[in-house]
Amino acid sequence: MSGTKTTYNDKVVRQFAVMTVIWGIVGMLVGVIIAAQLVWPELNIGWLHFGRLRPLHTNAVIFAFGGCALFATSYWCVQRTCSARLWGGPLVPFTFWGWQIVILLAAVSLPLGITTGKEYAELEWPIDILITLVWVSYAVVFFGTIAVRKVSHIYVANWFFGSMIIAVALLHLVNSCEIPVGFLRSYSCYAGVQDAMIQWWYGHNAVGFFLTAGFLGMMYYFVPKQAGRPVYSYRLSVVHFWALIFTYMWAGPHHLHYTALPDWTQSVGMVFSLILLAPSWGGMINGIMTLSGAWHKLRDDPILKFLITSLSFYGMSTFEGPMMSIKTVNALSHYTDWTVGHVHSGALGWVAMVSIGSMYYLLPRVFGKSEMFSVKLMTVHFWVATIGTVLYIASTWISGVMQGLMWRAINSDGTLAYSFVESVKGSYPFWAIRWLGGVLFLAGMLIMAYNMFKTMAGGNTKDATIVVPVAHHA
Amino acid sequence: MDINDLRSMTTVFGLLCFLGIVGWAYAKGSKKGFDEAANLPFAEEDDEGVTSRTSHPR
Repeated sequence: MSGTKTTYNDKVVRQFAVMTVIWGIVGMLVGVIIAAQLVWPELNIGWLHFGRLRPLHTNAVIFAFGGCALFATSYWCVQRTCSARLWGGPLVPFTFWGWQIVILLAAVSLPLGITTGKEYAELEWPIDILITLVWVSYAVVFFGTIAVRKVSHIYVANWFFGSMIIAVALLHLVNSCEIPVGFLRSYSCYAGVQDAMIQWWYGHNAVGFFLTAGFLGMMYYFVPKQAGRPVYSYRLSVVHFWALIFTYMWAGPHHLHYTALPDWTQSVGMVFSLILLAPSWGGMINGIMTLSGAWHKLRDDPILKFLITSLSFYGMSTFEGPMMSIKTVNALSHYTDWTVGHVHSGALGWVAMVSIGSMYYLLPRVFGKSEMFSVKLMTVHFWVATIGTVLYIASTWISGVMQGLMWRAINSDGTLAYSFVESVKGSYPFWAIRWLGGVLFLAGMLIMAYNMFKTMAGGNTKDATIVVPVAHHA
Repeated sequence: MDINDLRSMTTVFGLLCFLGIVGWAYAKGSKKGFDEAANLPFAEEDDEGVTSRTSHPR
């Protein structure tokens, strides 16, 4: 069936969907291990200490789990809403295998300590080149498919996926500009504060485009699909898209408050971060209100539970983010666990939940089933994941604010009231709760994997026939 | 005219572009195309659960 022009390419979607679950487990397991290392320091053994495993955790959950979820959903969505088979022939499997090799190289090189030291861009230059090749192929396949579409409109979800692909290409190329001094060693092209600014221009927009725009693409396809009704306001989705595009790029400096970065640049970053609240909440409301008139579906549909809860966490973290970018708030929150809590409110609550919901939609369909093996286990997964997320973010909020207050407390003679290690001691119980939250979230993923393998058993992997809507012939 | 004038103009041009997009998005003429686009995910036949394929009235 594959290779013909009359069917969708579901094989690559199936591959990426399955690997989303597998890499999710791997990445979250590493997260649970490093959370345990903070509680029980004797677990820091040899190469597998916190400093080496932490970048492995972030790379695995963002680029392996999140990346595979983005590939799977964007390939599914672009084919279905363009009524066209993925364009690009051998480039399609290359994006899958190339991306898996990137992930494996990261899993080997990071524990060995081979790193550029740039947060979320740790991989060394040979891997950077492979990432570029895979990503350019992804762009060719995605935009090629849009170019050969059989309908006149480009659905809004594809705008979000497309902007993610372009922005990530730009970010990766600029931030990874480095001078090799050997096969496994390189130095950044930039120096000093410019290097820091470019790094956080990259870092923030990795959040803004990879972890937000791409997953909003998922939201704009799978929420209407699962709710069985079109998005609440298509107009609002258009404004949502362009508002994000026009503002996100300028918010990076809020990662560098009270550093050598010029004051005015910090203020610009803060103001643009505050502006971002408007489009973020517009998008959240648009997604949640899509269910208006069909709220009852939330009661017994675990996919919608995941999707709508993810939007609630998206709203929470996009309120918290602008608030934390205010310099006076940042003076308290920066370098504390509050930042870690904020990130995980977005990462577990928003990115992971919307991905899990979308995978539960995709998995039965790419294996020729009408639904997952067990709907009940999906509901169990939902509650385990939600409780895990709440435990995680509540404990890190408390420890973060406590750390910030302890670090700034001074005695009447101007000396510090607490030594650093006292704040570490005070954080201890909260780190244990955070670890428990992570264990619950990981347990949810294991339930998902069991459900997935049961769904795969005896599945039918025939590519679906392309449907061209009569009213939409171009 | 120095480089900073160009930078200011770019910022103002960006804002005008954005306002233009908002105006276009909420213009009456865009409604029909948006309705068609909003229904693209429902082109397939396997949607038994679809209760309403018309756009919300906004």
